Parts: sequence; C-alpha cells; structure tokens
Amino acid sequence: MSTKSRGQQRKSLISQQVKRIPPSGIRRFFDLLASIEGVISLGVGEPDFATPWHIREAAIFSLEKGYTMYTSNLGMLELRQELSRYLKDNYNLAYDPDSELLITVGVSEALDLAMRAILNPGDEVIMPDPCYVSYSPCVVLAGGIPIMVPTNQENNFEISPADIEARVTSKTKAILIGYPANPTGAVMTRDKLSQIAEIARRHQLLVISDEIYAKLVYGVEHTCFATLPGMKESTILLGGFSKAYAMTGWRIGYAAANKEVTASLTKIHQYTMLCASVMGQVAAIEALKSGEDSIAEMAEQYNRRRLVIVEGLNDIGLSCFEPRGAFYAFPSIKGTGMTSEEFSERLLIEEKVAVVAGTAFGQCGEGYVRCCYATSLADIEEALTRMKRFVDKHKKV
Amino acid sequence: MIKDILKILENDARTTSKQIAAMTGTPSAEVAKLIKQAEKDRTILKYKTVINWEKVGEEQVWALIEVKITPQRDVGFDSIAERIYRFPQARTVYLVSGTYDLLVLVMGKTEHEVANFVSQKLAPIEGVQGTITHFMLKRYKEDGEILEGKEEVKRQPIIL
Repeated sequence: MSTKSRGQQRKSLISQQVKRIPPSGIRRFFDLLASIEGVISLGVGEPDFATPWHIREAAIFSLEKGYTMYTSNLGMLELRQELSRYLKDNYNLAYDPDSELLITVGVSEALDLAMRAILNPGDEVIMPDPCYVSYSPCVVLAGGIPIMVPTNQENNFEISPADIEARVTSKTKAILIGYPANPTGAVMTRDKLSQIAEIARRHQLLVISDEIYAKLVYGVEHTCFATLPGMKESTILLGGFSKAYAMTGWRIGYAAANKEVTASLTKIHQYTMLCASVMGQVAAIEALKSGEDSIAEMAEQYNRRRLVIVEGLNDIGLSCFEPRGAFYAFPSIKGTGMTSEEFSERLLIEEKVAVVAGTAFGQCGEGYVRCCYATSLADIEEALTRMKRFVDKHKKV
Repeated sequence: MIKDILKILENDARTTSKQIAAMTGTPSAEVAKLIKQAEKDRTILKYKTVINWEKVGEEQVWALIEVKITPQRDVGFDSIAERIYRFPQARTVYLVSGTYDLLVLVMGKTEHEVANFVSQKLAPIEGVQGTITHFMLKRYKEDGEILEGKEEVKRQPIIL
C-alpha cells in the first residue's frame, strides 16, 4: 500500500496565492544574527523608547476598571472621536467618526484590508521600489499585481510622477505610497504629491497613503495626501500609533476613507479581526489626548541622532542622502563592491553591526543598506567606528 | 541654537563640541564659542555627575527643611535667604509658595550633624520663625534618573 502512495505526486496543500509570495529574504541573516553575541543592531524598525508612562498608566487603569471586552467593530467611539479631532487639528480634514474611520490592528491590518477591499484579480497597484516589505505581498494576497516604480539616491528616493504615469494601464486600480518612507527616510514635497494626485484624478485611481511616520519629520513639513485638492474622497489614509508614540507592541492603527470604502474595510475587519484590542485602544485614546509633548521630545532626540549618523556615514565613505523623515538612513555601499546582502552579512560577522540589506525592500534597494538610528547615541557612534574599520578594509579604490 | 546646545549638555555634560556640532548641524568652532560664552556669563553654572552613593556604601544624610520666615522691609525674603544659602551645608535653597517660605536641602554625614546645623545655625537666625525637618529616607529618582530597576526596552534584534 505504501509503495503505491509513494508513486503518486503529493498534492500541495498550500494555496497558489501564498506560494506566489517570496519568503523573507533575510531569514539566513536572522539565524546568523542569533548566533553572534555583542551585536550592535541598527536593524530594528521601531523606537528605542518604551511607551510614555502616561499612556501605559492609562491602560493599566483601564484594566483595573474592567475594560476587557470586545469593542465596536469600528473601534471605541471615544477613540474615533479623538482621532477625528486629531485629523481636523493637524490637517483640517473632517472625517466622520461614525462612518469614515476604522480602528485596525496596526497599519499592517489596515493595508491588508484596503487591498482586499479594492482589488479584483489582475488589478494593478503602482508603488515605489524600494518600499516597506508588506506592500507587495499584501497586493499579491489580494489577487492584485504590484507594479514597481524604481527610485534611487539621485532623486532622493522620491517616486516620480512621470514614472507613475508611464505605468498606468487599464488594469491600474491604485497607487500605494508611504512617505516618510521605510526604508529610505525619504519625504515627498507637497508639490510632487500634487502631481501624483493629478494623475490619480485623471485616471480615476485610488491612492493608499501609509503615513505611519507622519509625526517624524525633520525640518520639513509632512503633507497628508488627503489634504490635496479633491483627494480626500479618493485617498485611503493609513496611520497609527506605533512609531511616533513608541507603541509598536500595542498594535493600533487606523484607516480613514470615504463612507463606501470604510464600510467595505469594516466588512472584512468584522469577520476576520472583529476589533482591535481594547487595552490598545484605551492607550491610543490617552496618546491622542495628551501625547503631543512626548512625541516632540522623542522626535527631537531622533533628529540629533539623524544628524550624527548621516554625517558619520558620509564621513566613512558610505554616501548617504539626507533623510528627512522616519528614523532610517539608507547609505550607498556601492564603493565596497559588495552586494547589499554580502555587505550586511560580512559587517555582522567581522564587526558585529547589524544593518538590513536594501534588497529586503525591493530590487532597487541593491547597493544600499538600511540603518535605523532609533538607538542610543553611544551605540550609533560605536557602530560608526566599527563600520569605518570595515569600509576601510574593503574599500575598492 | 544655544538652547539646543544647553539641552544636550544638561542631559550629558560629557558630550563634546564635535558631537554637539554633528547633532545640531552647527560648525564645531561655533559650538565651542557658544559654550565658552555660556560658561562665562554663568548660564552654565557647573558640570556635575549624578551618583548613586549607596552603591559604594557611602552614607549620606539628606534633609529637606521647611523654613518659615518674617519678610523684612525693602529686601523681603532675600536677605534671610542669603544668610542661609551662604552656609555650605545648605546645598539647595528655594523660595516657595504655600505654608512655609524657604525649602532648604541640607546634606551631612550623620543625622546628628544635620540636626546640629538646623538647631544651632539655621533656626536661630533672626527672622526665622520656625523650621520643620524631614530626613530623606529613600531616593527613588534623581534628576530624571530612576536609581533602581531602570526598565530596559526589549526589542527584537531585526525588525523590518
């Protein structure tokens, strides 16, 4: 009997959709990292601050009071009201808390919902390369096709409106952008974003704008995409609390969109997620009510570290454009003659500094590495010393 | 600009001019000049280190003294405050609102030494109506630093 079954081709139990998503490119790097001690990691994509105490304290108090149940599918009304006020105060945008805001489990869920809500099989979504790791897989899982627009150091990793337009087809459904950007730290000017808005209008495209790093910009102003003329109706604005409020583990994000889109997002959310965790939502209410000072204090510290790391990287010969947002520097390592993956692996082995190969974020990340500066100045300086030694050793003249 | 520099130094007095230059995007020579100036005009009073003396078994006795005084014509509280703050034992002296007037932080090697200072030097000063001494029992936080059990942020080594 067993010989018979051995002869048959084993039926795959995994869906084609999932098979189409490539496995994480840095699995091997992960394992390597775990085997080495004394590593300084510039590979972390989250703040090095714990959540401000007043926010944690509010969540603790809510647990003591018995806030342990499901909330409304949309999220707690008070949180949606606070969020509505926040969007009004910051961007002069009026989102109705009852029908245009949805609280999600981080921006990650909101992005997944957005793709599933809008894509038909074969629909195309235009996005920058490199970009955050989940953009492309979320599109694929929803049956869509990611269309990558190369960006580079010469254009400050800003997606070019002309390059977007050149890729619009009858299948194009949406443009997906995330500025300030992970992994590059790039910020787009209002002027350039307006040109993208113009394209979206002309071709009747939706724009999904991931603005999780909105509060972390340095010396420039963040432009919320939905504030561009006529764009509120056709933008799905994604935001959250993880980065600016140092609340990554709480997993609270949101989507703001027109009524029709919000209702569709909510339909999927109510069957798959039900609601975001109540403790996280209570913490987010406190963050919105009185978190501004904590944000400003953390942003000030990131800014100092940003200036130190960018100057340091340029000094050691890893040319780095000035990132104006998020907490990443994205230097070029082309002068070493190594690939991004080689560079990050050898730097880890030889000097015990962890950075992320740019290729983890798309093909156009080749030749770059992502260095997160959300870590102590002492660690940044030590990492720079080690990287200098490494670069000096391997520099191709 | 000087405010940015002072904030950095207040947090870590050992930050060098070169480091501050990088953090603020100002030339190093300019930073050094501004610091010199701030030292000269006593904007920067001194550079000190915050130490947990218990770690090395050093006993220090600290007391917070509430001092109620009678203000004097023309000089108000200032002249009595000066008579008090000129004593080196008075490490910190504040004029405060509320039920008493001066808050004086006194440090000594023993309780006896502190008590002696209060009863023999501070309380007898003319214009001092009365004092209440609070001996410090435990120091939880000093200058923004938690002394014991400071939390560590536990992050995964790589997060995309």
